[in-house]
Amino acid sequence: MDDAPTLYAGPVTELAATRAAGAAADRADGRPAAIELRGVVKRFGPITAVDGLDLDVPEGICLGLLGPNGAGKSTTMRMLTGQAIPDDGLIRVLGRTLPKESKEARAEMGVVPQLDNLDIDVTVEENLAVFARLYRVKDVKAAVERCLAIARLEDRRRDAVDKLSGGMRRRLLLARGLVHRPRLLLLDEPTVGLDPQVRTEMWSLIDGLREEGATILMSTHYIEEAERLADEVALMANGRVIARGKPAELVREHAGERTAEVYGPPPRLEEVRARAEGAGLRVRPAGPAVAIVGSERAPDGAVPEGAIVRAANLEDVFVLLTGEEAD
Amino acid sequence: MRRIEPAAVAGVMSREVANFRTFWKATTFSSTLEPIVYLLAFGLGLGATIVDDIDGLRYVEFVGTGMVATAVIFSSAMPAMFGTFVKERFQRTYDAILAAPVDPEELVTAEMLWIAIRASVFGIITALGFAAFGIAVAASVAKIDHFNYVTTLVITPLFLVAGTFFPIDRLPEGFQWAAQLNPLHHLVELVRGTAFGFEAVDLVRVAVLLAFSVALWRVAVRRMERRLID
Repeated sequence: MDDAPTLYAGPVTELAATRAAGAAADRADGRPAAIELRGVVKRFGPITAVDGLDLDVPEGICLGLLGPNGAGKSTTMRMLTGQAIPDDGLIRVLGRTLPKESKEARAEMGVVPQLDNLDIDVTVEENLAVFARLYRVKDVKAAVERCLAIARLEDRRRDAVDKLSGGMRRRLLLARGLVHRPRLLLLDEPTVGLDPQVRTEMWSLIDGLREEGATILMSTHYIEEAERLADEVALMANGRVIARGKPAELVREHAGERTAEVYGPPPRLEEVRARAEGAGLRVRPAGPAVAIVGSERAPDGAVPEGAIVRAANLEDVFVLLTGEEAD
Repeated sequence: MRRIEPAAVAGVMSREVANFRTFWKATTFSSTLEPIVYLLAFGLGLGATIVDDIDGLRYVEFVGTGMVATAVIFSSAMPAMFGTFVKERFQRTYDAILAAPVDPEELVTAEMLWIAIRASVFGIITALGFAAFGIAVAASVAKIDHFNYVTTLVITPLFLVAGTFFPIDRLPEGFQWAAQLNPLHHLVELVRGTAFGFEAVDLVRVAVLLAFSVALWRVAVRRMERRLID
């Protein structure tokens, strides 16, 4: 594995070493913030998409920005790339104040968009070369080779993008975002619309970046994605962060230890809900079931026999705090 | 106005070059053949049967030089309108480019330059102006269908009242004045000057075309900033 491509080889390699030495047990403590947002507001006419958002992303962590559609995640991402200008508040990215120094900040960050915007008639290597030039990379050829290795597309380098499978295109899109060895990576819903196999491939690539110490801000509305990849999760709703922490801590704090799921016809589920809520427990919809959250605290009779008891998870937190069913 | 970095402009243009290599045959075919068809139909057809010489030129010479000039509007304004709209709205290309250290101003400038270079044999200054016009239109319309209004109400009249097919001084006086505002008319006269001899007034024509291109460049940048930055 000596000649395996370095997925991410920016200045953060120092951070990776720090991590390996165990010098920082808590990632958020004492690290400079790669991203700082203070009281950020963004309105579109009468709609307030981002409403007083405060958010820090310390260097060297992967922060999952989790929230339902319309929570303000994409607008936040667009403000970080200078494609949306906040109406109020402060944004600093890699020490640069936006939007004034947006261009300097963009030079040091990589962006992987939600929608595939590769040039489909152009070859794989030309797609990479164009972006190497846009990012002023000095050795374009070496950057292209490194990214081809990351995307595992060396043998497809001269193929037009529209000849690639969906998974290959997503890998290429991710590699394109790394063409200039960015200090910070923004992933906007990186696996939305992908089939499970391709999603798993993307997860292993992103996990590789995380292991190498990259600073990543990843917006997603997939609970499993956030649980598997993010060191910390910030849960967004109505344009602001409503909860933040490591996934396990968030689950412990908001959902307790166990959740009991009860299946049955709607009248029976209503009855179960009423009894559990009467006992002071929180209940959330779970597709064809109701889920009694924190069921370890349930008094006798509050959880009916036949309920499926499982460990509480981030989905429980998501639904309890946002009131929306998770994907 | 912020500083325009040549590296950013070159980067955007390198993307255009990479794409152009994939479709240059079809584009070159239509942009070469179309003026020839017009030339045959008007120059040889009308010239041989109906129209006399104009200002001492055979009609085929009059129309031929005019066609060279008017080809610029089809090889700059139209690709700028459709190309910009498609890249912005459907392909999301500009989202990717603006996530890199490239500003809308650099993006617009690079797109204008590239389109004008493609159309350069027909007059780079005017092509820059019409490329900017196309980009500004693309950044202003909500739907691609709205280009029909622009084509019918702006491009076709500009094309027809440029002095390509008939001399402007044979038009009613009001139209003659209106034609002086048509950049394409000035280009037509400049191309005729190149072929058959310049006059002093041609310097004014160059100045008019320069002013047209600079003004439209600024309009295009402003419209694209509004479209691309929320």
